[in-house]
Amino acid sequence: MSYLETIRSAFEAIWSRKLRSTLTVLGILIGIAAVIMTVGLGEGASATVNSAISSLGTNVLVLTTGSATSGGVRGGSGTATTLTYADAKDLASRSVCPNIVAVAPMVVTIDEVKAGTKNWTTQVDGTSASWLKVRDRTVAEGSFFTPAQVNDGAAVAVIGSTTATQLGIGGAPLGQEISVAGVPLTVIGVLNTAGDSNGINEDDMILVPITVVQSAIAGSQSVSLVYLEAQSQSALGAAYDEADSELLALHQITNPKDADFTITAPSTLESTASSVNDALTFLLAGIAAISLLVGGIGVMNIMLVSVTERVREIGLRKALGATPSAIRRQFLVEATTLGLTGGFLGAAVGVLGAVLIPHLATTRIDIVWWAVAGSIGVAMVIGLGFGVYPAARAARLAPIDALRSE
Amino acid sequence: MELIDLHKRYRLGAMTVEALHGVNLRIEAGEFVSIIGPSGSGKSTLMNILGCLDSATSGVYELDGVDVSEMDETRLAHVRNRRVGFVFQQFNLLASLSAWRNVEMPLIYSGVARVERKERALRSLQRVNLGDRVDHRPSELSGGQQQRVAVARALVNEPSLVLADEPTGNLDSASATDVLSLLGELNASGRTVILITHDVETAQRAERVVRIRDGEIQSDESTAS
Repeated sequence: MSYLETIRSAFEAIWSRKLRSTLTVLGILIGIAAVIMTVGLGEGASATVNSAISSLGTNVLVLTTGSATSGGVRGGSGTATTLTYADAKDLASRSVCPNIVAVAPMVVTIDEVKAGTKNWTTQVDGTSASWLKVRDRTVAEGSFFTPAQVNDGAAVAVIGSTTATQLGIGGAPLGQEISVAGVPLTVIGVLNTAGDSNGINEDDMILVPITVVQSAIAGSQSVSLVYLEAQSQSALGAAYDEADSELLALHQITNPKDADFTITAPSTLESTASSVNDALTFLLAGIAAISLLVGGIGVMNIMLVSVTERVREIGLRKALGATPSAIRRQFLVEATTLGLTGGFLGAAVGVLGAVLIPHLATTRIDIVWWAVAGSIGVAMVIGLGFGVYPAARAARLAPIDALRSE
Repeated sequence: MELIDLHKRYRLGAMTVEALHGVNLRIEAGEFVSIIGPSGSGKSTLMNILGCLDSATSGVYELDGVDVSEMDETRLAHVRNRRVGFVFQQFNLLASLSAWRNVEMPLIYSGVARVERKERALRSLQRVNLGDRVDHRPSELSGGQQQRVAVARALVNEPSLVLADEPTGNLDSASATDVLSLLGELNASGRTVILITHDVETAQRAERVVRIRDGEIQSDESTAS
């Protein structure tokens, strides 16, 4: 019996049992699509978190105000107004903190901004000239404000591209007059786009010298947080210690437990987050593997029943002159065809889902090729193991025993 | 063909059943032989061994001078394919295939090309007067027609030996007469035909009747004609 004939009779057998073949293929398809999408979902989630965290840079520390104690009741972290611009300036001194190369204090406010007849409510941050370096951003047009402009309290602003569009000055933003809380500012620069991070649009913001915000807009000397950039990622620990001891001394605190500030390292968050995400991916892959297993058991069932039912057919074919190897080959081709059809359709559905779902929901799904290849492999093994093994056993029976079986 | 001291034992649980004990039989090419016996007499076992569907426990079965017990599975498949045509009581047609596709099946395993297979299958079906039913499925045919398809399948590969195991067992008398006269025609064209039956009248259609009982041959005689 030629290979072409083997393939023909295998396809006929599949075609003549359309419902059963469809169910077999469907079982494999769903299992594989589930594996590809769940593993992709896990990978996508961890990639999202990692990129959000690493947008801060791996050698940055964030200094925030600690908890305020009033009347014996300690408020939550960030309630105190203990950090000042002076603290930030002190930390920026290379002789005090040799491992800290850049310091950017932040006064974060939300304000209404006006440009001509347009107005737009957005985040208005007072900061220093180091912001650009610490946040790893660049200026698309014009320039960022200089340390001198910060010291002099120059009435200037650098805006994000979204903000420029919303204010109707996207065409020629430089030199435009805008006003924030009644304070007139001149636009001197527009930031390059950075996209979204943690659901925050990094392109919708206005940066103003911290001195201007403190004196004219926020009306307070305290700062919300301070970004500290260490010389390198390995110097992060040293930078942390320098900032910690310097601030304790500045705030005249003897017991570190009473510190009115908190220093965090996003990079440590990153490693925590990535281990959480690994666990998440593992969990999702586990669920997917179970669904593949359940699908696989369904397929095994169909295959076993199908072969058992066809023992008489095997007996007849042997009586008419089929050799055992011709029988084995036919079932091998049948099982492989079903397994591969389900495998590739499942991969197609999974990949299609991974591409389409992010357009419908704000979820990122990454296509993980080892999951695609691995699940197709599993489908093949299921098809071969449970289609071919019982058929090979039946092919060894004496033809008359196979013919007589019911 | 010649059978010498053929034994066949089955294990049924703890018991060993001896279906054939010491059968000696010689059938010449071109003979029309009936093997008759009540159920359980071992006649079906004998036919299965004659058709190489089953093997004997001991003894010698020589087909055209070759000892079949020496052959491996692949050679036995070859013998079944080229030398033997089977007609079963249950027809044993594949329900998913049309009449001519059922008939061509032995030719697939002989490696005959597709065009020639169809031609020979159609010729074979014409010979059993089913030339107008070639594309019908078994479920669309009557019992008699199905058995004629099975006969067409048995002779498509031009075997020298046709084995019919109770071919009329599931048929009405008109269809039975049809199938028996077909077997007679096959014998007339030079083939050895062996007919297994429990019905005396059916057995009388052959030139020679072998009676078997309890796994032994009781009588072996030519019919009066």
